[in-house]
Amino acid sequence: MCLAIPMQLIERSEWDGTAELRGVQRQVSLMLCPEAQVGEYVLVHAGYAITTVDVEEARKTLELLDEIVREDIPE
Amino acid sequence: MKRSDTLLLAHGSGGRLTHELVRQVFLPAFDNPYLRTLSDSAVLSELPQGRPALTTDAFVVDPPIFPGGDLGYLSVCGTVNDLAVAGARPLWLTWALVLEEGLDGDLLHTVVEGAARACREAGVTLVAGDTKVVPRGKGDRAFAITSGLGVVPVGRDLGDHRVQTGDDIVVSGPFGDHGATIMACRHGLSGSFLVSDCAPLNDLVETVMTCGAEIHAMHDPTRGGVATTCHEVAARAGVRCVLEEVSLPVRSETLTTCELLGLDPLYLACEGRVLMWVAPDDTERLLKTLHSHPLGRDAARIGRTEPPKGGQASVLLRTAIGGERPVDLLSGSELPRIC
Amino acid sequence: MKPSDAFSDRATVEALVSRAREQASRLDRPVTFMEVCGTHTHAIAAAGLRRLLPQKVRLISGPGCPVCVTPVDYLDRAEALAALPDVIVCTFGDLVRVPSSCGSLEQARARGCDVRIVYSPRDALAIAREHPSKRIVFLAVGFETTLPTVAAALAEAESEGIATFQILPGGKLIEPPLRALVTDGDVQIDGFLLPGHVSVIIGSNAYTFLAEEFRVPGAVVGFTPADILLGVSELVQQVLERAPRVANLYTRVVRPEGNRHAQELIARFFEPVDTRWRGLGEIPGSGLGVRATWAHRDASTIEVAVPEPREPGGCRCGEVLKGVIEPPQCPLFDRGCTPDAPLGACMVSSEGTCAAWYRHERFGAGAAA
Repeated sequence: MCLAIPMQLIERSEWDGTAELRGVQRQVSLMLCPEAQVGEYVLVHAGYAITTVDVEEARKTLELLDEIVREDIPE
Repeated sequence: MKRSDTLLLAHGSGGRLTHELVRQVFLPAFDNPYLRTLSDSAVLSELPQGRPALTTDAFVVDPPIFPGGDLGYLSVCGTVNDLAVAGARPLWLTWALVLEEGLDGDLLHTVVEGAARACREAGVTLVAGDTKVVPRGKGDRAFAITSGLGVVPVGRDLGDHRVQTGDDIVVSGPFGDHGATIMACRHGLSGSFLVSDCAPLNDLVETVMTCGAEIHAMHDPTRGGVATTCHEVAARAGVRCVLEEVSLPVRSETLTTCELLGLDPLYLACEGRVLMWVAPDDTERLLKTLHSHPLGRDAARIGRTEPPKGGQASVLLRTAIGGERPVDLLSGSELPRIC
Repeated sequence: MKPSDAFSDRATVEALVSRAREQASRLDRPVTFMEVCGTHTHAIAAAGLRRLLPQKVRLISGPGCPVCVTPVDYLDRAEALAALPDVIVCTFGDLVRVPSSCGSLEQARARGCDVRIVYSPRDALAIAREHPSKRIVFLAVGFETTLPTVAAALAEAESEGIATFQILPGGKLIEPPLRALVTDGDVQIDGFLLPGHVSVIIGSNAYTFLAEEFRVPGAVVGFTPADILLGVSELVQQVLERAPRVANLYTRVVRPEGNRHAQELIARFFEPVDTRWRGLGEIPGSGLGVRATWAHRDASTIEVAVPEPREPGGCRCGEVLKGVIEPPQCPLFDRGCTPDAPLGACMVSSEGTCAAWYRHERFGAGAAA
């Protein structure tokens, strides 16, 4: 029900920031995610950063996917 | 009418201000012997051999100035392209503007200069024009109406009646850039590579028409984008258009804009791209020719036509992960969504 | 077309598909999973994922499209407000074509009402700054993902003193309908693909009741094909092991406790109220109303004449939303109700079950009911 995509926070003031993904930028509000640091990825929904993306957790999920791909290689 | 002036109703009254507008703005921009006579009709020279092609189009765009173009540039390109994809060599254009009282002189100058630039790039002559001014609130800044006359050379025949099962579908470059750029402007997105693809295609079309490839049909996927154009061809030619998602050239900025706003690039307008249906044996030759042209550098084969299947969608997308989805006609306009 | 991304990579997806099929082959009966979130419905359709699923897994769409569950009287009220001369109605693009009792917001705009499409509640706030003599009414529909953005815009309006910014509350909560679905018994649901972005706000802990009270498996998942297939595998595994739990497979953005800032902002401006869902009827405590303290921000207090709500006869959106029937079983589907001329709400939103089905599955092999 809710379209949201991860974008990198490239600058911020108190409540506002600029988020970027693949060369596209938009002003986002950081009111829901005040802890976001410049350089971090944030999940953007309707012009608001709604959380930070945990890179370590993303890596773990990708490793899990890798493992599944390796298991799938036919004998 | 200077850049700093504001357009008045009187500029459209036919009186002194109208004359001033014509002499100070339009004539210098488009100057040519036909226009210079300022008579009721442009009486043109004889047509070259072939079949005349005539088209007309109305242009509204919000915002009227956008990265990569403006209403004027767009209106000339759009008309030139409609002629070009029919296989015609565009020759002459007419241009009418409906302007809103209070219009910024700067905007008017930009639009006129944009149209003049497009005429130069396309090598066409603007031979007649008209301007009307409507009261403030009765229009949205500026609308342009363009007609174009061209000639299809003897022996050239392009059209959906020639499209066959097994034809390859080729696009001249990444698509959706125009639509994505306009949407980005409206919804606060920016990016240095978010630029409209707006461009006159007649030189590109002429180049591929003479490369020896057997091209059956061409279309410029404007309103409704690639999906809509494929639908129209499928219906008229009695084939099924099958597109391969992995082959679709879409710029990452355009894709990102779509992801953010919940749009589908297949439905976004292009104003400087051409879709071609070509005999499969000639696809390589066509792509090679396209790649050597500045407007065709990123051309790609995106799919092929198959026999129609009863009760099945006439446009199908094979998705990147190996799934399939029918590509339906767009309902209503593409709107940004949050869901 | 897609930028290279491991989550949409074909080899990864193929491996996940064969893994899910292998697991599903060990099931002793067919199972039905529900994806609750409309964005999942849309993602599944757009990727053509349904035809890759194991045969024993039936995936049905739940009530997670805010447009589809917004009752018709909400739209009637929005239209009545838009008809007021000093009001500008701002809305997400999703809502403008939804049929109301006498038309739609799109038609209201054609009649001269000022209805504007925005991408963010903040854009509506910007319109309020630009037009200080107008009242701005933002149509606040959505689930827990969207509601904090509305609350944040309200907070900004308060601190800046923008008195003309109001909202028409239409927010919904996800837990009450989930409870209603599992207790209602209309359809046997063997597991839920839980909405990833709602979970960002409310946290994965919010669903423990499913496993603990109802012994129904659940998986919080993201929106790429790989995420969704991981979720399907996880649910099959829980069924096989008879060990229902809430698995969080979207850990890169979903924390067990959710986003506390967002939760606090919601609580500051809103309180749970009984509300009607299109198709599901009244569910106690399932909506969010504006707290009395902020009544001046609540556009539902503006007195307008609203017509008697009328819903199209024969429309079975309600059963579609509960997963009792699939869209083609509705007598109106593709026979009077199409994305071009939608009668029911499920056909309007591109993530609506019927629209997604019409666009993406109508011709597909996986469309068999």
